[in-house]
Amino acid sequence: MAINEEAGGQPVTAPGTDQPRMGFFTDTSVCIGCKACEVACKEWNMIPEDGLDFTAMSFDNSGGLGADTWRHVTFVEQREPLGHQETGVGRPEGAPVDLGMPSFERPGDSTGADERGEFRWLMSSDVCKHCTSAACLDVCPTGALFRTEYGTVVVQEDICNGCGYCVPACPYGVIDKRQDDGRVWKCTLCYDRLGDGLEPACAKACPTDSIQFGELDELRERANERVRDLREAGVSSARLYGEDPRDGVGGAGAFFLLLDEPEVYGLPPDPVVTTRDLPSMWRYAGVAAVTLLAGVSATFLGRRTR
Amino acid sequence: MGMRTWIESWPVYRQIRERDPLGRATTAKSARSAELRSRTATADRVVKSVCPFCAVGCAQNVYVRDEEVVQIEGDPDSPISRGRLCPKGAASLQLTTGESRRHTVLYRPPYGRDWQELDLDTAMEMVADRVIRTRREKWEDEQDGLRVARTMGIASLGGATLDNEENYLIKKLLTALGVVQVENQARVCHSSTVAGLGTSFGRGGATTLMQDQQHSDCIIIEGSNYAEAHPVGFQWVMEAKARGAVVIHVDPRFSRTSALADMHVPIRAGTDIAFLGGVINHVISNEKYFYDYLRTFTNAASIVSEDFRDTEDLDGLFSGFSEDTRSYDSTMWRYEGVDVAPASGKRDQHYEARVEDESAVRASETSERPEKHGSGGAVIGGDPAEDPTLTHPRCVFQILKRHYERYTPEMVEEICGIPRDMFLRVCDHLTENSGRDRTSVFCYAVGWTQHTVGSQYIRAASILQLLLGNIGRPGGGIQALRGHASIQGSSDVPTLFDVLPGYIPMPHAHEEQTLDDFVVGTSPIKGFWSNMKSYTVSLLKAWWGDKATEDNDFCFDYLPRLTGSHSTYDTVMEQMEGVCKGYFLMGENPAVGSANTRAQRLGMANLDWLVVRDFSLIESATWWKDGPEIQSGELRTEDIGTEMFFFPAASHTEKSGTFTNTNRTLQWHDRAVPPKGDARSDLWFMYHLGRIIREKLAGSTDPIDRPVLDLTWDYPLEEGDEPDAAAVLAEINGHDADGNHLNRYTQLRDDGSTRCGCWIYCGVYADGVNQAARRKPASEQDWLSTEWAWSWPDNRRILYNRASADRDGNPWSPRKALVWWDAENGRWTGHDTPDFERDKSPGYRPPEGAGGVDALSGTDAFIMQADGKGWLYAPAGLNDGPMPTHYEPQDTPFANLLYHQQRNPTRFVYPHEANRYHPNPGTPGSSIFPYVVTTYRLTEHFTAGGMSRWTPYLSELQPEFFCEVGPELAAERGLSHGDWATIVTARNAIEARVLITDRMAPLRVQGRTIHQIGLPYHWGPNGYSVGDSTNELFPIALDPNVHIQEVKAVTADIQPGRRPRGADRRGLVRSYQHSAGITERTGMEV
Repeated sequence: MAINEEAGGQPVTAPGTDQPRMGFFTDTSVCIGCKACEVACKEWNMIPEDGLDFTAMSFDNSGGLGADTWRHVTFVEQREPLGHQETGVGRPEGAPVDLGMPSFERPGDSTGADERGEFRWLMSSDVCKHCTSAACLDVCPTGALFRTEYGTVVVQEDICNGCGYCVPACPYGVIDKRQDDGRVWKCTLCYDRLGDGLEPACAKACPTDSIQFGELDELRERANERVRDLREAGVSSARLYGEDPRDGVGGAGAFFLLLDEPEVYGLPPDPVVTTRDLPSMWRYAGVAAVTLLAGVSATFLGRRTR
Repeated sequence: MGMRTWIESWPVYRQIRERDPLGRATTAKSARSAELRSRTATADRVVKSVCPFCAVGCAQNVYVRDEEVVQIEGDPDSPISRGRLCPKGAASLQLTTGESRRHTVLYRPPYGRDWQELDLDTAMEMVADRVIRTRREKWEDEQDGLRVARTMGIASLGGATLDNEENYLIKKLLTALGVVQVENQARVCHSSTVAGLGTSFGRGGATTLMQDQQHSDCIIIEGSNYAEAHPVGFQWVMEAKARGAVVIHVDPRFSRTSALADMHVPIRAGTDIAFLGGVINHVISNEKYFYDYLRTFTNAASIVSEDFRDTEDLDGLFSGFSEDTRSYDSTMWRYEGVDVAPASGKRDQHYEARVEDESAVRASETSERPEKHGSGGAVIGGDPAEDPTLTHPRCVFQILKRHYERYTPEMVEEICGIPRDMFLRVCDHLTENSGRDRTSVFCYAVGWTQHTVGSQYIRAASILQLLLGNIGRPGGGIQALRGHASIQGSSDVPTLFDVLPGYIPMPHAHEEQTLDDFVVGTSPIKGFWSNMKSYTVSLLKAWWGDKATEDNDFCFDYLPRLTGSHSTYDTVMEQMEGVCKGYFLMGENPAVGSANTRAQRLGMANLDWLVVRDFSLIESATWWKDGPEIQSGELRTEDIGTEMFFFPAASHTEKSGTFTNTNRTLQWHDRAVPPKGDARSDLWFMYHLGRIIREKLAGSTDPIDRPVLDLTWDYPLEEGDEPDAAAVLAEINGHDADGNHLNRYTQLRDDGSTRCGCWIYCGVYADGVNQAARRKPASEQDWLSTEWAWSWPDNRRILYNRASADRDGNPWSPRKALVWWDAENGRWTGHDTPDFERDKSPGYRPPEGAGGVDALSGTDAFIMQADGKGWLYAPAGLNDGPMPTHYEPQDTPFANLLYHQQRNPTRFVYPHEANRYHPNPGTPGSSIFPYVVTTYRLTEHFTAGGMSRWTPYLSELQPEFFCEVGPELAAERGLSHGDWATIVTARNAIEARVLITDRMAPLRVQGRTIHQIGLPYHWGPNGYSVGDSTNELFPIALDPNVHIQEVKAVTADIQPGRRPRGADRRGLVRSYQHSAGITERTGMEV
């Protein structure tokens, strides 16, 4: 029985079956920013095209994940050395750490040709994390969101009533309401394909295998090996994001190999399931209720004995 | 519902039973979710296909349900793509089934204000009538006293997006009609490749295949945006990188390719010969070349004629230059005493001398040897004298060494803007990863080809790879990355004016030319091109069948004759002059995709009729109604007499046929569903157009109609009267006298007993089996996967692979073994099909007087070459020199630092009001256009946009036309990020959104800072995503060998804000011309 007990005892795969938990490992060190994942996802899931919007944010004109963008490629232009394998990607010892936070400066405002250092362009395909502790799922009052037998988190379009509780619950800002139909939409990890033994559309299309689909345990092993290889080759900044079952969401079903801090890619550095405190809140509420009840009872009991 | 079911479906019961107490897992699954299936699994059938976008050739599975295509995905069995697709390939479902495709024929009468609908059959009849009429009106029997038998009144453009079979019918029918101006995208994209690689190695195709790049130790990508333009092919670069290879990207821009490289080397656009020349100099002067390879397989030791003078002697010119004709007498570059015909390029170069000489010999019958004495003491054929020590001052090696001696790292820094140490790092990577045990590959695309010295760019890389011993070996080679699904095919089965199928040259007009004269004038005595007559006769037999007999020279006179360049750019000039009156556009959009788009439209506005075949109403179909010249008031719709026909085209899923990808691999795709409405394949269109014309001409006694009436034109028809593409492919493959399918080109004969539509494709239907349709999974084969589809020639995957073994036939190293000599069994064997005669031993030396294939020795690895050698020095075949020389582009801000000769002296320039050039650097007015502009592709779009700007899923990813500028340039000109900028040249002004990015770095060149501007070229005013066309900016200035335009390096000005509207747009351009003092003579200097 392949029960995944990572979520504080909450099973994330179907009990009583041999179905292992499935997920994505997105290795951004080989991403070429082609956006095949975005298109393959849209083609398969028949997601509406969502308008021509020139953002001037490098080559990103999708803007971010949303109801009509379930895979999104981030482009980060950085004054960092290119990832050559001889010299390594890491910054020089002792240099200040630039967290790559958004600035108010327009690109290139403060440069002169002579100050130009080395340069790199990071690309990363973002997607729903299919959290082990999924807040969207916790707060869904209708049962539209459910955890599938593959351990993924899926919205059922025939159940969702568009209440939108899940939208603020997501620590990554992934799940989103489609304006014209009112319901929420996000990556299903191609639930309909998985049932037929197929891999999700984005992973299948990805030209450089930056998006890998498979059993989560096996992906984690592969990812750790890849980080080791990259570091050995001098890419000291390679790190995994979302793979740790001890993190704030109990580990993600879709995790990443990044070449810089998560913030640089627009990812929260320390995401926490927004319903983390729900059990203790319920406990306190329970204690409070019991106390109240006891107090009230005591009051009445006391009156009787008077 | 039974009680039990009722209880079991009760949620509380299920939550307990399924251990889902909170009801968040499977108990919450809805009935719909429980029944979800993938639409691929429920499809009625899966049809094997190939992606229609770039030339990587990703295999696709097309899923059909209820006779509708419901999904298109990559085929995991493919050894090329491994089931992957880029965004364009992934969008092919929307491309083929989306709402933007048109399905009705449209017609616009002359001077009409709008389209009207027209019935398909009527439209076909009308087009046939117009072809017949224009052909008669514009027929030429002779020109300048020479027989030409042709019409210059009709032209066609397009073919690289079509199937090989379609290209074949276009070339066959139009040639029989006497139309010579048959062209396609290959002219404007990769024609320089054919001349560059062809003269160097013998064949004009990529020497290797993308999958083999995984074995490279160093990959240099230069003149290509590999990751963006061929994303799925790029997986093999990533594979090599994962195995420890060094990846270097040399490019003016930091692109998505640079982002994945180990090193990005910024370079000033248009200076790659200086860079490569620098590397050649580094390799020679530091003795980093692979000596044994060099000695065995190249012409390093051959002695060159005393007439030869180098650019070092003549300040940038070679000997033989005539200023009056702007051309060279290339006989001065020959080997000493020997005239060899080139395998590519200008095959006809020494025709007169060769034919004259041949007849003299025939008359005197003094020679028993097949080699004949040529004029000026040169012998046709035979091997040149050699100096095995490579020290003779006139041996190729010494000439090469002297030619590049001044291409020093300092010079490279001054010309290209590449810092010295960075340049030397590239040299070190390349040389350390080349040799006996290591190999490096060069990958390039149109960043190299599209220059006035384009062919020589390719030659420079060829020389370097020969010096380093990287040709014909695993992990080595030169990969010409092609950008259309069948642009390799439309060169092989050419819709090109200057070649017949299989690179047989189209005959030029000569006095009383017989087939034998043609063969003598254009083919060598030694090597496989000595079989030119067999290839040509077999082609003529395929086209004219029983009508082609020995007595009538196999209908050789049915072929119309050339009299110079008839490239698509010459056609535009002829259209503006009123010579060319009818035009076919088949999947090509010159109003966006060709240089100087305004000239393209002005030419089209001067036609009698224009046929456009495409998916949607592209700019080339609607310029008369809403084009830029209508907006500016230059043209008025009601004054334009061009009669317009729009025919909707069938998509790749709606027709069967083969695409030839960038690996030279022919892959068959099956029709999944028939096209809807009036949409038809180009095979259907050409076949029925030919049929109707032949019916209308039947009974004609006019001799000009004989070629088309005698044509073999009977193909079996399938559903919807669609010709059977397999039957066309079988004709291309060829048959013997008994009608059996031929198995390989060595079976072809010159006596008329064999028929073959394209000799290099002979074998694609071997044993009567469509070899291009083979789909043995990659997982069951090695990396070459020789049982996946079929590659030309003879299913050889890595060309010249004899060179992977040493003189004695042993692999240079076990790590780099490919084919080798099996002495025990007396044959070549190995992983690949040997590109060599199977049983010719390495020790074979031709007997005295041997000719043809027998004259190739056991070490002549370049079997198409007249001397069997890789050409470091090209003694024939090129119009602008035997060795690449750095010349500045037509429009440039810098003087040529190396020579007084500024530009390629033989380039083609066209003085015309619509085609003004920029002033020379240093002259007054040159500072008006201070910046360098280069163009490129984006992953998200395709060429001139006809297949992407109408596709919403692609358009939203790159919704607007933009320009990339560095922050320093932005500051200099006051450009704002995300705002608009206007870019101006002497040709036109366009506007683009501004992307300011560190990826565009300014360079230090000749002591000053030079800024470069990057412009993607996909946009035009029609479709879903719209914008100005980059090609408005470019002049028509061409490479003299292949007539390709220079669009990778020009100069321009950039200013903030949007361009003027209406007539003011021309006004702005005129004011720039005025300030720069531009006249018809500007830029016309030799």
